[in-house]
Amino acid sequence: MAILSKEEAKKIIDKVLAFSKADEISVGLNGDRSGNIRYARNSVSTSGETTDLSLSVTSVFGKKSGTATINEFDDASLEKTVRRAEEIAKLAPDNPEYMPMLGAQQFQETQSFAESTAAINPGFRAQAAFNSIDPCIKKDLTAAGFLQDSAGFSAIGNNKGLFAYNKSTSVDFSITVRTADGKGSGYATRDYNDASKLDTKAATEIAMQKALASVNTKALEPGKYTVILEPTAAVDLLQNMMRSMDARNADEGRSFLGKKGGGTRLGEKLFDERITIYSDPANPEIPTSPFAGDGRAQEKVTWIDKGVVKNMYYSRFWAQKQGVKAVPAPSGFILAGGTESLADLIKGTEKGILVTRFWYIRAVDPQTLLYTGLTRDGTFYIENGQIKYPVKNFRFNESPVIMLNNVEAIGKPVRAAGNLVPPLKIRDFTFTSLSDAV
Amino acid sequence: MSGMGIGALMMPSVPVIGQAVSAEHLLEPGIDAAAKKKLSEIALNAAKSKGATYTDVRIGRYLQQFLFTRERQVQNIVNAESYGIGIRVIANGTWGFSATSDVTPDGIAKCAATAVEIAKANSKFQKEPVQLAEQKGVGDKTWKTPIVKNAFEIPIREKVDLLMNVNGKALDGGASFVTSNLFFVNEQKYFASSDGSFIDQDVHRIWPTFTVTVTDKASGKFKTRDAISSPMGMGYEYLDGVASEKIAGPNGLVGYRNSYDMVEDAITAAKQAKEKITAKTVQAGKYDLVLDPNHLGLTIHESVGHPTELDRVLGYEANYAGTSFATLDKWQSKTFAYGSKLVNIVADKTQPHTLGAVGYDDEGVPCKEWDIIKDGILVNYQAIRDQVKIIGEKESHGCCYADNWNSVQFQRMPNISLKPGTEKRSVMDMIKGVEKGIYIIGRGSYSIDQQRYNFQFGGQVFYEIKNGEITGMLDDVAYQSNTQEFWNSCAQLCDKDDYRTFGSFFDGKGQPGQVSAVSHGSSTTRFNGVNVINTGRKI
Repeated sequence: MAILSKEEAKKIIDKVLAFSKADEISVGLNGDRSGNIRYARNSVSTSGETTDLSLSVTSVFGKKSGTATINEFDDASLEKTVRRAEEIAKLAPDNPEYMPMLGAQQFQETQSFAESTAAINPGFRAQAAFNSIDPCIKKDLTAAGFLQDSAGFSAIGNNKGLFAYNKSTSVDFSITVRTADGKGSGYATRDYNDASKLDTKAATEIAMQKALASVNTKALEPGKYTVILEPTAAVDLLQNMMRSMDARNADEGRSFLGKKGGGTRLGEKLFDERITIYSDPANPEIPTSPFAGDGRAQEKVTWIDKGVVKNMYYSRFWAQKQGVKAVPAPSGFILAGGTESLADLIKGTEKGILVTRFWYIRAVDPQTLLYTGLTRDGTFYIENGQIKYPVKNFRFNESPVIMLNNVEAIGKPVRAAGNLVPPLKIRDFTFTSLSDAV
Repeated sequence: MSGMGIGALMMPSVPVIGQAVSAEHLLEPGIDAAAKKKLSEIALNAAKSKGATYTDVRIGRYLQQFLFTRERQVQNIVNAESYGIGIRVIANGTWGFSATSDVTPDGIAKCAATAVEIAKANSKFQKEPVQLAEQKGVGDKTWKTPIVKNAFEIPIREKVDLLMNVNGKALDGGASFVTSNLFFVNEQKYFASSDGSFIDQDVHRIWPTFTVTVTDKASGKFKTRDAISSPMGMGYEYLDGVASEKIAGPNGLVGYRNSYDMVEDAITAAKQAKEKITAKTVQAGKYDLVLDPNHLGLTIHESVGHPTELDRVLGYEANYAGTSFATLDKWQSKTFAYGSKLVNIVADKTQPHTLGAVGYDDEGVPCKEWDIIKDGILVNYQAIRDQVKIIGEKESHGCCYADNWNSVQFQRMPNISLKPGTEKRSVMDMIKGVEKGIYIIGRGSYSIDQQRYNFQFGGQVFYEIKNGEITGMLDDVAYQSNTQEFWNSCAQLCDKDDYRTFGSFFDGKGQPGQVSAVSHGSSTTRFNGVNVINTGRKI
């Protein structure tokens, strides 16, 4: 059984802790059952399912630490793993940045586990694929998609009193639909904790519409355009920015949050005042684990408040050195928005470009968070509140920092890749060349 | 994803596979070939009895040792082992795959039955039955990467001392920060198939690398310079830094062939990162580019390697990596000018010291070399057994690979390399002929569209060339081009004395994602009139 209950997990962890002869010991116990189905050319290409249950032991002597892992759970194997971690620790060099292990922590309740997802079986996956492939075949379109589901648990315990346990599930689905002549391509993606919310047919129908609507593109000159970024497009750039909010890099002067003359831009207004980004592990739309990988509690944190940088995330070592609270990096974020739908944003746009998604985003300059990438699978010209025609894909060179200063409108947030992101209307978005890719 | 072990939690950007073990454990031999043959026969027989018409079995022991340091300290040392069996079958004309770490007769039989069960379940959706290109069984064979020093036998202390020396020299040279890493991989793979092949292979790979950062408090600027090493299919001898493998470039610059001087490169890196802080920002426009092999390798990888993967061309990667502009009709025309007449691109899995070199691929096909682009014309693709018939060939190219026993094998890129020029020419000779150009070294930012038309590449260091001479360093450089346009602007090649390989150690593809390692050889090459943009911004 790959998914242990809280009591079962604690029993194993306590047993392992009792074998320890080290100064400190931490035990991680993780299990999951994950499955997937992949299809292309309207036919299933691969499908599989794996279960995994493994235990990792980190033993510490002074500032030396060693880790060993195992996937056997008899007493002899558990004890052997503890001894092995201790041997590795004794041989390890001192880690000058080692932080003593955490004691007991308070965690909030989050609802990150859904029975519907845990119950997924090969039949469910096959049906989900069929519901996506079948409508495409009927319209002479070609479907390529991927569904991946996972149900698992994570537990941590140590000899300082820490014990944390969480169960979670996830299902991720993506579909690309192409026209038979290869001139049109559309895309849709969905992710949930609760698989009962997933409708692969409905998502596929959106990708089908985009594929059919994106044939016969017109080429627009590269330049600065007002764009409407669907949440799937906006999320990638925002995620890259959120991953760059490490405090140590900023303090060390090698981050977009570093300041001329030294210090950081914490407290500075870097974005449009309508931009507020926060994280909340208990948010019902994107529930995540109430603890980080090292056992720190995940709490509601405001990262950017009305355009002002409010928080950065810290390792425990760096937080202690700086004398601040060790706020861990969040596992999902929420960009607060309004009430307007994507359709409302389009309706309110005189001239602009609708972007379904971006592709192959890479950092160009970490100093300014400049990224490059391309539009893909549905890029359309908007005029007088209506989609007029499909346009050729563009390459962009843009920074999310600049983008979040050029905000025209913010729609209603929806779930995208584990975050809540609204569709965004942005002026002066920089497209630098055209691509022939469909 | 499944297969990601504890190391993945410690260093999220690096795909560590398997269980953490001690360094000594990595030196323990796995079970011998005779024992593996017995186990694989259990799988072959079990699958056949359940209705499989073809079966292949991979018993794999995958060893990794990764070292991570910053400045004067070791951040982490990962030793990992992953051991198990993957069974792939064809039943009812459909593929099925299953894998298990329970490598006992009972576990193997159950795993084989599951693979057949999955094949039969998925056959309901199958439109065309799988057809494999014929591959005669090769019997019992062995192959080993020709290493001189097994990296796993070198004491950890020696490796840590090397990295501390690298970091120390970079810091002494003015670096504000430095991180350095060593990656060692050993794949002990046993392949057996119902064709009658029983192949035991021992594959070694190595990658030493670092990043030097210089910060300038007054201006708030920071610049980095990554190592210009290449991952290799070699042992620890790659780190010997022998003088005969160094290639002297212009302005005292050094290139490394099959031996790398990590300390020397760190000293240069610190100097160059400092220089980048005050380097002149580039004026956007058209330039002739002189591209070092350590840079050009990635351009070859992205703009030739990926678009000539037959599975992409056919649409199997449409939902993720994408398809390809190099469509079958272009290949069939026999006239599609992918590049200028100077462009000769070969695929191979045999070149010594490369990441792609093995004896047999993961479907038991002996490895070879073949042309992809000949005198500028697209002439072939990279294919595996179930797709090669589409391009009218009877024999697979031997490009099948799985990154672990628990991953299903599929088409992965072989080494894809640009042949050097036949006329005698050094880098200095080449630069002499350039009026307005940029000399680019090292792997930088890279992005290309889903059909591989439009790309943008950066680099590690950029030198301005004016009237045949290097005049100084440039910053904020990236070039944007279209693949066909770019390769047709290929104007001059340095000769074989300048030939070196670049490598990608963690090349990603597929859903669920898998990594593979691949090399790209070339000599320094000139491309005329390429569009250069300025990437400087203010925030």
